[in-house]
Amino acid sequence: MLTGDRRKKRLDRSIKVRTEGLYAVSSWGEMVYLIAPRFVLIVGLFTLPLVLDMYWQRVLCSAGIYALLALGFDFLAEFVGLVCLGGAFFVGVGGYISGLLNAYYGWPPLLSIPVASVAGAVISTLILLPCLRLRGIYFAIVSFMFPLFAVYIIVALGVFGSTEGISALATFPNIWIEQYLILVAVILSLFGIRRLVSEDIGVIFQGIKDNDQAVKASGINITAYRTKAVFITALIGCFGGAYLSHLYGWLGLSLFAMDFSIMPIAAAVMGGMGSLVGPVLGAFILTPLSEALRGFGQLRVVLYSLILIGFIVYKPEGLMNYLQRKYHQFELWEKV
Amino acid sequence: MADEFLLQVGGVSKAFGGVQAITNLSFRLFKGEILGVIGPNGSGKTTLVNLITGFVRPDSGKVFYKARNITGLQPHKIANLGLTRTFQIARPYDSLPAFKNLIVPLNSPRVRRTRGGKLGDIEAVAIDMLEEVGFERDARVPYKTAGSLPLGYLKRLELARCIALKPDIIICDEIFSGLSMSEITSMIPFLEKLHLEGITMMMIEHRLRELFRLTDRVMVMNFGEKIAEGMPQEVIENKEVRKAYLGTETS
Repeated sequence: MLTGDRRKKRLDRSIKVRTEGLYAVSSWGEMVYLIAPRFVLIVGLFTLPLVLDMYWQRVLCSAGIYALLALGFDFLAEFVGLVCLGGAFFVGVGGYISGLLNAYYGWPPLLSIPVASVAGAVISTLILLPCLRLRGIYFAIVSFMFPLFAVYIIVALGVFGSTEGISALATFPNIWIEQYLILVAVILSLFGIRRLVSEDIGVIFQGIKDNDQAVKASGINITAYRTKAVFITALIGCFGGAYLSHLYGWLGLSLFAMDFSIMPIAAAVMGGMGSLVGPVLGAFILTPLSEALRGFGQLRVVLYSLILIGFIVYKPEGLMNYLQRKYHQFELWEKV
Repeated sequence: MADEFLLQVGGVSKAFGGVQAITNLSFRLFKGEILGVIGPNGSGKTTLVNLITGFVRPDSGKVFYKARNITGLQPHKIANLGLTRTFQIARPYDSLPAFKNLIVPLNSPRVRRTRGGKLGDIEAVAIDMLEEVGFERDARVPYKTAGSLPLGYLKRLELARCIALKPDIIICDEIFSGLSMSEITSMIPFLEKLHLEGITMMMIEHRLRELFRLTDRVMVMNFGEKIAEGMPQEVIENKEVRKAYLGTETS
């Protein structure tokens, strides 16, 4: 296509193809093309705390937690083939362990959060282990039940503060640490999981999703690999929960709230399933949105659902898949 | 024929609800042979493969592999012992490029053990392996997603998945089904080559003429029972076999 001395050039296809295998980048333009989206994401997230006021900074922190959960949900659903609705369970287990370590043994958050993330992930994985043989909807149903299960156990036994919860846990020294801790966690998990899915283990995960019988016939223990995948997701989710209990200095039954199971799915659908970055972005859009709609009271849920339905009907691929496609088809005018 | 047998199936039975899929079936697979298994549709051939490779647990009876009882062992453990199978309906990983399909078996404990953990460039190994089973090396085919490949390639991919495990036995479940005549004729020499390399094979097949070019012993099944066993020629002459399976097809 020619107009005068300029013509349209497609920048990308070839770069995309080349960079999927080896990194052969031949010009500054191509390097910028590759780095720009990552740069915008990281810098964008890290400058958010600087421009927001106190109230929205808090919202950013909880958006970070939802981002971690959405990321975990996307990873399990699209790359391992397990639809896990147990986000609330991870948050609850992580939050309770970290909070209890702090309340009963006086561990500082610096110590209790990492311990709670790992211990919570181990516990969640062990509890989900018997269900890992289930596929598709069955795993989803069982994992959805666990948070309810945990709530009733805590109430029935009257342990861990029962219905009142435990307040006055140690909080973070200041709001900057709060925000940057969760943002760094989100970025690290995002790039970590992206790396993971392109490694051999990620190929095996994908194989399990596509055809678990063939993976068995290849001499690979699918339960062992599913366990690893669930552990990774639980680790991220439990970190979110542990962080949450110290963010508000409080632990209680609302750590097992359904929101933590449902919201990440909404974020993933909106952001674009299977893109990993999409669900993160979705969480950073949906959480503030639901805060902004707080004025509508109960009507908020309706508006919220409408947005979701809109996405499912008109853009089922989600934001990020659409944007990525457009970006990779980017055309620019160049001088002849 | 060597007397040493690799696989011994002793009196296995399997029922799915009220349907008796396999009834008290026994046979041996000798080292280095190609055993053909034929029978009408629904005679229990695929169930037999599933029973041997652990995908289905037999109701009764035992399966011995290298004098070891493998009855009820999980499929991945059996595959790791070197007893591999292909699926009648090819089971590729649709969203992965063809060569990445082989990354999965190349990461199995068996391969890691036999290769001492060092595979070098695992993707190059995978592409070499695809070339070995008949993918063109420099063409784009190995890089295409498996879901977009035609059946001929998928069947070869099934075989490649088995070969990646450096198996002692490959059980081919209707590897020729759905292939064109030319695809079959190009695959036969490859199977012969595998046989010469010392891999024992069991081939479940409906294409008798092609099967008989490869095998020296055939077992015939009908309604879950073994009705005949022996040289292809004798089996064809067998009255019961003709009644059950061959009908009037051959004269």
